Amino acid sequence: MKRFDYVRPATVAEAVAAAAQPGATYLAAGTNLLDLMKGGVSRPDRLVDVTHLDGLDGIETLADGSLRIGALVSNADLAHDASFAKSYPAVAEALLSGASAQLRNAATVGGNLLQRTRCAYFYDTASRCNKREAGTGCDARDGENRSHAVLGWSESCIATHPSDFCVPLVALDAIVEIEGRSGRREIALEELHRLPGSTPERESALEPGDLIVAVRLPAAAREFAAHARYLKVRERTSYAFAVVSAAAALRIENGRIAEARLALGGVAAKPWRARAAEDVLRGVAPTADAFQEAAWRALTDAKPSGDNAFKIELARRIVVRALTLAAVGTPARIPALPASPFASTSGAIHA
Amino acid sequence: MNHSISLTVNGARRDFVLDDPRVTLLDLLRERLHLTGTKKGCDRGQCGACTILVDGKRINSCLALAISHDGADILTIEGVARGDQLHPVQAAFIAHDGFQCGFCTPGQIMSAIGMMQEAQAGNDPERVRECMSGNLCRCGAYAGIVDAVLEAQAGMDESNQRRSA
Amino acid sequence: MPELNLSSAPAHLRHGSNIGQPLTRRDGVLKVKGQATYAADNHPPGMLFAVMAVSTIARGRVTSLDVAAAKRHPGVVDVMTPDHKPELAIDPEIKTNPFVFRMEVLQSNEVRYANQPIAVVIAETLEAATEGAALLAPRYETLPPLVGLDAGESFVPPVVGVGNPTENHRGDVEAALASAEKQIDATYETPPQYHNAMEPHAIVAAWEGDRLQVDMPTQGLMLSLARIAELFGIAHDKIHIRSPFLGGGFGSKGLMSGPPTLGIMAAKLVGKPVKLVLRREQMYGPVGHRAPTRQRLRIGTDGEGRLAALDHHARTVSSTFDDFYEPAADASHTLYAAPAIRTSHDAVRVNTGTPLFMRAPGEATGSIALESAIDEMAWACGIDPLAFRLKNYAEVEPITGKPFSSKALRACYEQGAARFGWAKRPLQPRQMRDDSGLLVGWGMGTATFPALMFQAEARAVLRRDGTGAMEIGAHDMGQGAWTALAQIAADELGLDIDNVEFKAGTSDLPDAGIAGGSAHTATAGAAIHSAGAAVIAKLADLATGDERSPLFGAGNAGVIARDGRLIRRDDESRSESYAEILARAGVAEVEARGTGAPNPAAMEEYAMHAHGAVFAEVKVDPELGQVRVTRMVGAFAAGRIVNPRMVQSQLFGGMIWGMSFALHEEAITDRRSGRIMNANLGEYHIPVNADVPPLDVITVEEHDPHVNALGIKGVGEIGITGSAGAVANAVWHATGVRVRRFPIRIEELLTQR
Repeated sequence: MKRFDYVRPATVAEAVAAAAQPGATYLAAGTNLLDLMKGGVSRPDRLVDVTHLDGLDGIETLADGSLRIGALVSNADLAHDASFAKSYPAVAEALLSGASAQLRNAATVGGNLLQRTRCAYFYDTASRCNKREAGTGCDARDGENRSHAVLGWSESCIATHPSDFCVPLVALDAIVEIEGRSGRREIALEELHRLPGSTPERESALEPGDLIVAVRLPAAAREFAAHARYLKVRERTSYAFAVVSAAAALRIENGRIAEARLALGGVAAKPWRARAAEDVLRGVAPTADAFQEAAWRALTDAKPSGDNAFKIELARRIVVRALTLAAVGTPARIPALPASPFASTSGAIHA
Repeated sequence: MNHSISLTVNGARRDFVLDDPRVTLLDLLRERLHLTGTKKGCDRGQCGACTILVDGKRINSCLALAISHDGADILTIEGVARGDQLHPVQAAFIAHDGFQCGFCTPGQIMSAIGMMQEAQAGNDPERVRECMSGNLCRCGAYAGIVDAVLEAQAGMDESNQRRSA
Repeated sequence: MPELNLSSAPAHLRHGSNIGQPLTRRDGVLKVKGQATYAADNHPPGMLFAVMAVSTIARGRVTSLDVAAAKRHPGVVDVMTPDHKPELAIDPEIKTNPFVFRMEVLQSNEVRYANQPIAVVIAETLEAATEGAALLAPRYETLPPLVGLDAGESFVPPVVGVGNPTENHRGDVEAALASAEKQIDATYETPPQYHNAMEPHAIVAAWEGDRLQVDMPTQGLMLSLARIAELFGIAHDKIHIRSPFLGGGFGSKGLMSGPPTLGIMAAKLVGKPVKLVLRREQMYGPVGHRAPTRQRLRIGTDGEGRLAALDHHARTVSSTFDDFYEPAADASHTLYAAPAIRTSHDAVRVNTGTPLFMRAPGEATGSIALESAIDEMAWACGIDPLAFRLKNYAEVEPITGKPFSSKALRACYEQGAARFGWAKRPLQPRQMRDDSGLLVGWGMGTATFPALMFQAEARAVLRRDGTGAMEIGAHDMGQGAWTALAQIAADELGLDIDNVEFKAGTSDLPDAGIAGGSAHTATAGAAIHSAGAAVIAKLADLATGDERSPLFGAGNAGVIARDGRLIRRDDESRSESYAEILARAGVAEVEARGTGAPNPAAMEEYAMHAHGAVFAEVKVDPELGQVRVTRMVGAFAAGRIVNPRMVQSQLFGGMIWGMSFALHEEAITDRRSGRIMNANLGEYHIPVNADVPPLDVITVEEHDPHVNALGIKGVGEIGITGSAGAVANAVWHATGVRVRRFPIRIEELLTQR
């Protein structure tokens, strides 16, 4: 690990000023950053430790009914907050399906949003990677790439975003509050992560010094609580990144879908909101045919970036399943195996 | 640059000067405080062998900078038993052969203690398996680990009941 | 190991102190308190930290290292490179015996595989050494690496495994296949796998003048000591190795490898004690692995499902610079009674660290292919897989025609099937679903592993205070040597286990042989058995030759040693304690040595193997393809069971490795660079707790008078065999999709709904 200066600012403003310098980066729990620093993938000159800042670790309901989650709230504290889990069950389920209990205890909400890809070529500093080092090339493109992107990728980069948490968040129109050099601003989570295009090194809409201070879920997000699930296919039962995942949330009125929300994980450089699929579900009955149609719409633009064509078919199937599970209804308690196909699947599988 | 930090480790306050901000809690414990019960299996948050409790919560000490945890209260495997009297989780691990080589064991035990405090798994074996999945065991002692945790949990439930009765 | 105080388990857990009792681990208290000292836990005064820099190319040479940049980093003391290192006494490329493998210890700039050590940075702190290694920024001259099972021209190696013939046959396989009523011809692939013991390889080396103190996990104290002695040109008695606990070995800590050698060199270079611990990613190269295989099985039967021919060919790889060939096809030698059998191997060379022994080398890879093929053949014949195996049960070892020294496999099949409920299995695949609609499949496999014996020596002592000691340089990798061997020692000395001082784990003790081949308990146990017998004989001489003893005249054969007393066999009212005998004789103690070794006559006469039957249930999501094992039952016959608690743990562990083989483990190599792209524990998947279902082990009683004096066959490796195939066959039975490339991947199961 490269030597760095350690800075512990007393205020958010101090933090922003300290982190705006070239070579500086924020340190929260460090569960992703330290891993990257140990691998030589990130070599910052200065760490700006925000973990001691006041006021970033609360969960509060605002006057407009939205929920504001401080950026330093841990993944575990959020998932285990009973009223949060009741109101936003798919988000809690996604959180609990990610990483391990130890990592969830440390990892923060803000950090989860900004975690870097698991692309092996990004991690392997001897490989060419346009994301790690702009303009060097992409060794994943013709490499071992069965886990890579099938949506929104470019010849420059086929990496995926690994977060589980972000998938239901983006489906529920989450908003990110950012403190920057020019003060506070907010953007939709959907706008936070960028697709690679020809500049995969620019992963987010953040500018130097920008600090995510909170994530907000609008009041309307609560209306999906009765029909919301997150489902994640993995290569082992737990403690693994998604091969493909999906968050599905339905507002069902009088037997018809008044509104649907759908997002996919593990398929693109950002949590992938599937609006076209949502559109076909609006106003129809929650039937298998409707879900199949939605699944086709969700993956219309998908194409393999390597040995990963199976992920397109898998994504279609997981969309159908997630929608089916959501239609059945949110379980009273998060299953023992959160987001797993081996959690309760009663009635969702077609014999 | 030197940084003065203080930690409470297994109940005792430790003040020291850290000459290098790169030192993780794991390397601080093992290489500087010589508390080697906590193990390094992967150093990347992928195995759980380095699990300790920080302010009562189980975390991977390999991915935590010591300097950032100034003021924290740390419990390691060395602070779990009361002298010769084993913690119920420790005793249950022996009784159920919840280990073979023993290298992942301190992390497993700290994780189990942390898990019981989180109170999410209760006495459901499936939830215990899920909640203990952050601790790899290459020898494959998982069956004994789950049995040990369930027994310790049952003992804790019983003593809680007795206390509230 | 004088500082090692082995505590007894809590009293309420004790069941006794003899062979066959399920004692809890005698090292258990140390382990649960974090007080068991593994190599990297040592900190001799003045110790420095060494970190290896490893190659990122797989073939070529290092053209430059920025040593100056590393040395500029505060705290860096020295950088060891091919140009700056202590000289070795012999060229490490010279293979002085078959258990010597070539290692990379900075003898040249050549790079033979990715992750090869190319320099070592020594510093005052771990942080400085680690960053110093990164600052070396090596430059290379790169050649295109050889990667994969088709990397180049294949060849037939002279031997496979440890001296096994490359080809074996009995009968005319081609003729038998040609005239067989039914045939299958199937090709299976298994990936490279890495041991990944939880404890990374580590060494703390300290030179004191010309003496060398080493803390290092090793499965072979004496082999390591001999290798160190020849590499550094020092006498055996100048070297002391401590290895009281291994954090898992699985074969990767059996033989001296490059990294610990570099640690000793580094300590010599800087004149201070040095600790060198591998980073997890550095374990994917210089410390061995299980080679990939491609195995073709052709099987033929008559019209009734009786085997006519079995042809098993395995392609494997070795490194470009040394030879170890996974003896995968040999798995077909012992299990099924085909009148015509042929096994053969060929290989290619690739730019990889040399493959080595990994838990059940050959047996594991061969077993998953053989058991899959037997399952396919049974299905082709329309016969239940268990019935098919029983129909082709080998009453004698098929490849040699030798009788078995013992074989309770039929009982394993019966008891395992009954416990599992196998009789209810539908013959057709894709017939079973659970309540939630998940596909359910049942599969089985036969387990087998040879009952091996190596050579060992032990020293037994009886003392005037009524206690005894047993000394043997045995190794506890987690299998339970501290407990099981102490149980044997107690019985052989006729003492309560708490009155026996059991010493193991250091190189100054008698040679216990290697802890491998599932033979350690048998080999070390046999030595303990013979040392115990010898020391009791000496004690009996003292008593029976002394007219003041109640045992006078009883003769050597006429006493029983029990509870610290010698007792006349023909008159149990006449006895005398060890203490009384020694006190009257005026000696402080008597001691004797004994050896354990294979019996060549018995080996000539008999085929010696442990056996088992494993039954597995899997659930598969019919649409999403994710697989989970939900139940496993293994019934094993492995001769005498010394400690049932630890044997169960060993068998559980093996079964989990089998599951992992079928569903999880795979090192993924970039075919262009030869680098392993998942050299970590996040993406090299081994099972986590949630992957492991309730497991059930039955140990079937088996008495074997031929394998060794104690009748022990060993249980360390057999659990993988059979299990991997059972899980794979269960996946087929659940889905109807036969996957022949392991591990089974989700995409292969998406073909149907």
